[in-house]
Amino acid sequence: MKYVLIRLLRSVLTLVIVVTVVFLLMRMMPIEGYFGASFDKLDEAQKTAKLENLGLLDPWYIQLKNFYNDLIKGDFGESITYRPKVAITKILGEKLITSLRFGMASLGISLVVGLSLGVLMARYKGKFWDKLGTCYVVGANAVPVVIYYLLIQVFFTQIFNLPLLYDKTDPKSWILPVFCLSLVNIAYYAMWIRRYMVDELNKDYVRLARAKGLKNKEIMIRHVMRNAFVPMAQYLPASILYTVSGSIYVESLFSIPGTGGLLVTAIQRQDNTLVQALVLLYSSIGIIGLMLGDILMATFDPRIKLGNEGGSR
Amino acid sequence: MTSKKIINNMADNIDPSLFEFADYDQSKGELTGYSNYSFWRSTVQVFMKNKVAVALLVLIACVVLFTLVQPYLPGQKSPTQIYNNPETNLQFRNVQPNNEFWFGTNSIGQDLWARIWSGTRTSLFIGVAVGLFEAVVGITIGALWGYVRKLDAIITEIYNVWDNIPTTVVLIILTYIMKPSIPTIIFAMCMTGWLQMARFVRNLIIIIRDREYNLASRCLGTPTSRIITKNLLPYLVSVIMLRMALAIPAAIGNEVFLSYIGMGLPVDIPSLGNLINEGRALMMDPSQRYQLFFPAAVISVVTISFYVIGNVFADSADPRNHV
Repeated sequence: MKYVLIRLLRSVLTLVIVVTVVFLLMRMMPIEGYFGASFDKLDEAQKTAKLENLGLLDPWYIQLKNFYNDLIKGDFGESITYRPKVAITKILGEKLITSLRFGMASLGISLVVGLSLGVLMARYKGKFWDKLGTCYVVGANAVPVVIYYLLIQVFFTQIFNLPLLYDKTDPKSWILPVFCLSLVNIAYYAMWIRRYMVDELNKDYVRLARAKGLKNKEIMIRHVMRNAFVPMAQYLPASILYTVSGSIYVESLFSIPGTGGLLVTAIQRQDNTLVQALVLLYSSIGIIGLMLGDILMATFDPRIKLGNEGGSR
Repeated sequence: MTSKKIINNMADNIDPSLFEFADYDQSKGELTGYSNYSFWRSTVQVFMKNKVAVALLVLIACVVLFTLVQPYLPGQKSPTQIYNNPETNLQFRNVQPNNEFWFGTNSIGQDLWARIWSGTRTSLFIGVAVGLFEAVVGITIGALWGYVRKLDAIITEIYNVWDNIPTTVVLIILTYIMKPSIPTIIFAMCMTGWLQMARFVRNLIIIIRDREYNLASRCLGTPTSRIITKNLLPYLVSVIMLRMALAIPAAIGNEVFLSYIGMGLPVDIPSLGNLINEGRALMMDPSQRYQLFFPAAVISVVTISFYVIGNVFADSADPRNHV
């Protein structure tokens, strides 16, 4: 418990530094971004007036102070350029839920398919299924994802007569985006569970279990699988949380109104408040996810002790 | 007198073949416990056993060689020149692959064949440069981070902050300070890429830094720099080579990504990312899909080859897999 508290405190410190650095970096950018296409039409006085209106002409430390004052009150502010005068929480709320739905659907599929594939590959190591699976894993990992997303979009829409773009009312339009999102994740889970299981299979307890006369299936599922899953448990909470950040490729290709690419757009259009809110959100997710992962790992495997006590280092 | 005779007799009876140099026989040598084990020779031997990897190595060597000599071959077109049809005096827009333009032309009449090889050259150069830089910086910082305890807390904190700053912010600011060009994009990728390598090396070094042989070195007063270079890094050769080999496909993928979000190289420099983007714009027209397929095929071949070669090489550089 004490360990979690200390870690949380340190994380808050990291978050403050990250947000401050991003805040200052955003102020270093050229001012064109605040105006978008209308930059050339406005004269100097209009530009100054707009900047002053946004509070961007104050010295940076006053801007920073105002930002933190609002933040402590729980106010993320309003969007500047992305959707002017709309509260950040409102913009994010809808988008986060859309991305979360797609992310969770694909994560669920990937876990089931990926883990089964990995177990199958470990079980028949060096045989046909293992080789076929390895080809898939290599292809999915090595080739830039956008290439096969594009090919899927081109061909699968024709072959299976599926809708090209996402449509809220059409459940069929979910199939391709979820399929695209799952492809990479399945390869990831299959690769790691196979590697950990092959490591575990060479250990003595497996030999003992076999000598006791346990069935192969039982050894695989009850003993090997459980131990092999421990290192993967660390990344599970983070990957669940990260689904809210969406996928920039899939969401732009299928025109899904999610969060993928929102950060890039916000930075390009210099929507400072939106960027700060997103950075704060994503960084907290990363830090919290890692911590939950450590805790989950320690519950899966009681031998793992968190904190500084014990251990030789 | 007799004794001398005996000695002469002995000299006559000695079999001269006993005094010839014996050929070295590895299998017999191993029986007596002696081995002429050489790390690199065993690595190459194990690597050569994997037929797929060897085939891909030959393939990628041919591709790299070809991209380098392609502009000097006779009859090659310029990747940036726009070609006009002499009869109609119009540009050769979106011409299907034919004898004149082997891979067809793009939407403004440039030769796709020349552009693809020029783009492969650019992307491979970016990949290799980023891979090398990441290795040098990542290993240096990672080794210090893992081995020098006093630095651990500081570098961990720097890592946490740097890792959480969105890459896009860094990129936009860099392209604002520097012009969008090949050096800028290499620099930008290096600025964010070394982190992963450094953390990876650090974790490995933490695992082996307190093994007995390092403890012994430290007790004998070996300076830190020598422990790192002589005791720790040779241990990591195989995994570091793996990361470097994987950094090349990763950098190519990053370049594609940056072009996709509109922050890659300027459009007048052909690169695989730019070509994919041009192909994407036309992919809904079935007759124009060749503009997407050709660059996609080249990217797939290059990235898969590097990925497989890297993995197989790392396996064969691991002494546990040696004979």
